[in-house]
Amino acid sequence: MLEHVELFFKSIFIDNMVFATFLGMCSYLAVSKKVATAVGLGAAVIFVLAVTVPLNWLLDQYILRDGALAWLGPEYADYNLSFLSFILFIATIATMVQLVEIVVEKFSPALYNSLGIFLPLIAVNCAILGGSLFMQAREIATLGLAFNYGLSSGIGWFLAILAIAAIREKIRYSNVPPPLRGLGITFIITGLMAIGFMSFGGMLTGGDEAPAPEPTTAQKSEIEKTTLEKEKQEKAVSYNTIVKE
Amino acid sequence: MALLTKKDTKLILDPLADNNPITIQVLGICSALAITAELNASIVMAVSVLFVLGLGNVVISLMRNIIPSKIRIIVQLVVVAALVIIVDQVLKAFAYELSKTLAVFVGLIITNCIIMGRFEAFALGNGVWRSFLDGIGNAAGYGIILIIVGFFRELLGSGTLLGIPVLGNPIDKTGLYSIGYENNGFMLLSPMALIVVGILIWIQRSRNKALIEEN
Repeated sequence: MLEHVELFFKSIFIDNMVFATFLGMCSYLAVSKKVATAVGLGAAVIFVLAVTVPLNWLLDQYILRDGALAWLGPEYADYNLSFLSFILFIATIATMVQLVEIVVEKFSPALYNSLGIFLPLIAVNCAILGGSLFMQAREIATLGLAFNYGLSSGIGWFLAILAIAAIREKIRYSNVPPPLRGLGITFIITGLMAIGFMSFGGMLTGGDEAPAPEPTTAQKSEIEKTTLEKEKQEKAVSYNTIVKE
Repeated sequence: MALLTKKDTKLILDPLADNNPITIQVLGICSALAITAELNASIVMAVSVLFVLGLGNVVISLMRNIIPSKIRIIVQLVVVAALVIIVDQVLKAFAYELSKTLAVFVGLIITNCIIMGRFEAFALGNGVWRSFLDGIGNAAGYGIILIIVGFFRELLGSGTLLGIPVLGNPIDKTGLYSIGYENNGFMLLSPMALIVVGILIWIQRSRNKALIEEN
């Protein structure tokens, strides 16, 4: 139970898809002009991630990984098909998205009207494939955890797009330098938000996970010191900008 | 030049500046930012995308008349996935350390919006040679941003370029470090990639006023 809770909060805040790994940035930037559309896309991402990650977990567990085909018989035990994972994962995602679209259209036209236009977009959203690939890379142990991982990463993405959409709606009233308007300022705000989210690191793990690889052990303490200081400053700045707005 | 007409040259040169995939079209940011802490990784990523987009555009352009439009997304995904598997296997075989650094981001080339975007917008409606040039041009535009960001992040963050120390030794205090310069470790963290790209956009748009967006 505890590991479920841990994974849940970890994927939402510490390993947030947008702020820690930059997944799904394209739609994050393109569809965050209004809160209402952002909510629609966010909900669709949560839904699709929660469906495809466990499915791809099953594929990985019983077909792709080294020795996974052992259930077919002892002669299949040394097959390692993991090089096929990209193509199988993306095929699963594309078909699932199509299937979900058809089912939702049939049974809930209202939901389809709000999600519908975003569903085809989602097949090529890096967050979805990234969810499956990270699930594979981090060797998530059980089906339940895989479902949890998909759901919580989706929620993390939802939170991120909701926050940026709200900020962008407000920023229209502020006087941004013309060359920064639109895309530029959105990048910089996202950067500041990511710095804010970095403060969640160490919440559950006690800080044993470094957010970025550090070059040499000799430079380590130096880097840590400057990083901490900078982080404090930047956090104050981002907080101020948010408060101002 | 007989090989490249004026229009063809435009196909290659346009995406490098005024129609850049990252700073103007907002495509392919997903995998671009996370791996730019080192110049090395940025270059490999740029070359991989060049390979996938150049070849992918050719394949899609060859098949453009036989793909039923309803299932074209799936066909496109399969083509990209096959090319990316090749890249991934080659990297694993010849540059294992680097492929560990890039990790899942090689796989994420599949969902790189630039690739799907160019397939949809260009390769489905144009001939093979033009599609190839378009692919190369856009991948180069993407690569240039990656390399600029990687250059500054590695230089300011760890004082090296391609792993070679260029600013002197921070421990013995030689070179620039002897006059009190310090590495900015903050540049190595992921949020700085976003801010560096933001600044690049700022510079580009102040030079070319036509690109400025309405709020």
